[in-house]
Amino acid sequence: MIDRLWRLGSGMRLFMLIIVSSGESFRRLHLTIREIYFTGVLSMQIILVSGFFVGMVLALQMFYVLRQFGSPDYTGVVLALSIIRELGPVVTALLFAGRAGTAITAEIGLMKANEELSAMEMMAVSPIARVVAPRFWAGVISMPILAVMFSMVGILGGYLVAVPMLGVDDGAFWSQMQAQVDFRFDILNSVIKSLVFGVACTMIALFEGFDAPPTAEGVSYATTRTVVTSSLAILGLDFILTSLMLTV
Amino acid sequence: MTNNIVEIDNLSFGYKTRMLHKGINMSFPRGKVVAIMGGSGSGKTTLLRLIGGQLRPTKGEVRVTGKVVHQQNRSGLYDLRRKMGMLFQRGALFSDLCVFDNVAFPIREHTDLPLSMIHDLVLMKLNAVGLRGAHKMMPAELSGGMARRVALARAVALDPDIIMYDEPFAGLDPISMSVICDLIRTLNDTLGATSIIVTHDVEETFSFADYVYFVANGVVAAEGTPDDLRNSDLPFVHQFVHGEKDGPVPFHYPAPDYRAELMGYKA
Amino acid sequence: MERKAIDLWVGIFVVLGVAALFGLAMKAGNLTSNNLGDTYTLTAAFENIGGLKRNAPVKSAGVVIGRVDNIKFDPTTYEAVVALKIDKRFQFSKDTNASILTAGLLGEQYLGIETGGESVNLKDGDKISHTQDAMVLEKLISKFMFNKASEGTGDGKTTTESEPKAKSRL
Repeated sequence: MIDRLWRLGSGMRLFMLIIVSSGESFRRLHLTIREIYFTGVLSMQIILVSGFFVGMVLALQMFYVLRQFGSPDYTGVVLALSIIRELGPVVTALLFAGRAGTAITAEIGLMKANEELSAMEMMAVSPIARVVAPRFWAGVISMPILAVMFSMVGILGGYLVAVPMLGVDDGAFWSQMQAQVDFRFDILNSVIKSLVFGVACTMIALFEGFDAPPTAEGVSYATTRTVVTSSLAILGLDFILTSLMLTV
Repeated sequence: MTNNIVEIDNLSFGYKTRMLHKGINMSFPRGKVVAIMGGSGSGKTTLLRLIGGQLRPTKGEVRVTGKVVHQQNRSGLYDLRRKMGMLFQRGALFSDLCVFDNVAFPIREHTDLPLSMIHDLVLMKLNAVGLRGAHKMMPAELSGGMARRVALARAVALDPDIIMYDEPFAGLDPISMSVICDLIRTLNDTLGATSIIVTHDVEETFSFADYVYFVANGVVAAEGTPDDLRNSDLPFVHQFVHGEKDGPVPFHYPAPDYRAELMGYKA
Repeated sequence: MERKAIDLWVGIFVVLGVAALFGLAMKAGNLTSNNLGDTYTLTAAFENIGGLKRNAPVKSAGVVIGRVDNIKFDPTTYEAVVALKIDKRFQFSKDTNASILTAGLLGEQYLGIETGGESVNLKDGDKISHTQDAMVLEKLISKFMFNKASEGTGDGKTTTESEPKAKSRL
């Protein structure tokens, strides 16, 4: 318990350091752009493919349940709302933690084990500004973009299953959706959620990497911990954010 | 101003339960190659980190060019570090950058030189360590000796006043070892820098160092020129220089009485 | 060279992200239909608003013409005061009728507006005086039960007459 609190505290300290050093790393914008490539662009494949399949499966399931109640036209609404509000941000964040989060932890952990971070410090270059902050911002920027892509592709996948395959009416599919999905309350809240997940996931990955004992065993353990902690944080934060968004 | 570029004054460092250094005094005159020797775990590397300001001393101080290292703020510390180059034990090359970019890293970070000038500078530094031909390779493709030479080229990229070496000979074959020895001496003399070497390789160090400090049990056990030390009567120095198994540094880690421990076992 | 390729990819990535957001907003969301542009505000007081919520649609003849802006409770009249934002293009007469309706049997509640016959139109900040409260299921059922009970005592003729009366009062 004490250990958890200690980790939370030093995680916050790292967060503050990143914020303070961000000005310095923004002057070298290509560092952040490079990291967006590694965290965002390279995660696109897994995000798009999973989004597509999640949308298809969801449409299939929803269609058969809704047909029992005589309203298969609602497939589009249920699909869009569940993907935009929940699955988009949450599944994207979980995949991101597995794909990009572990990569960040392993990379930072190995740089530390290899004394690269120490070497940088001795060259009067701040590792926080040079290595950590660009990765942080790349994660925070990539996550909402990936989540929005996931939602869009998911809805398209659902459309392909519902309309041509299951025979839901094309017009009803979209118009029911448009009547129910609100831009501010659903789409913007979804973006806000994924932003928060982006901060949490990237911070956890960076902290675990930074905190990892400089050994092979330490780094592998830290990588595992990144996935576990990120997943729990995402699901916990999702509940808090959802309840805030639904009550306000 | 004294002629010593680095001075260590009554320095103590350690953790709550164990003090690593107990009042160390050393001085490193400009232009000299000074070695710090001692057994494994005697806190030699820690001394380098104290000089570089990566650790704070518990007591006493380290002065670099007359400035107390641990009293500097961040920018002051970074100013001091810009005058230092450090060769890490495992090279610590950035594994995602090629040899050229590794050496160019400090130049790009601290200067606004045009690309052509950076290009020439990097190739000059690489030429000095004999690896100009390897500038496109990645660190993973280099042998241990080559990696250390690249790291050395990177450490001297900005022509530092102080070059620190952390175990520069560890894990090298004899040829690489003598290459590194030669490089340390020539770089020191051509750059007019001061070199601080932390090592436990007696023969190589004695062959080119100007002055040697022996560290044991947290204090400076002996100091002098290599010739002085080779003929030293001090039991510790004698044991270390000649690599004897037992002596003031005991073979056995402190343990309870052997006989009592064997007999005292009760199932 | 490599840096250029990375920059290009990141550019594509960001453009795709923005396109996806745009697609979501246009294709799945109500940004197209919800874009009210210039609006004016009307208020309407109800004794009971049922399950009407902020941002619920305001419809006339089934077409969305505005949104519920906010809902307040008036402690002097003990009524709910609902503020509506109506698209400026649509004007309604002074004797307009506002009623709280339900989409389908169990769907969400919305505000329906039917214009009256007067020539003077409502202006920004005006109050719609003719309102009809939300149907509350419990009241409906109790009314029905009450009528069923009275049906047992009286003759059939009075019951059929009283039924439409009760409905209109709801």
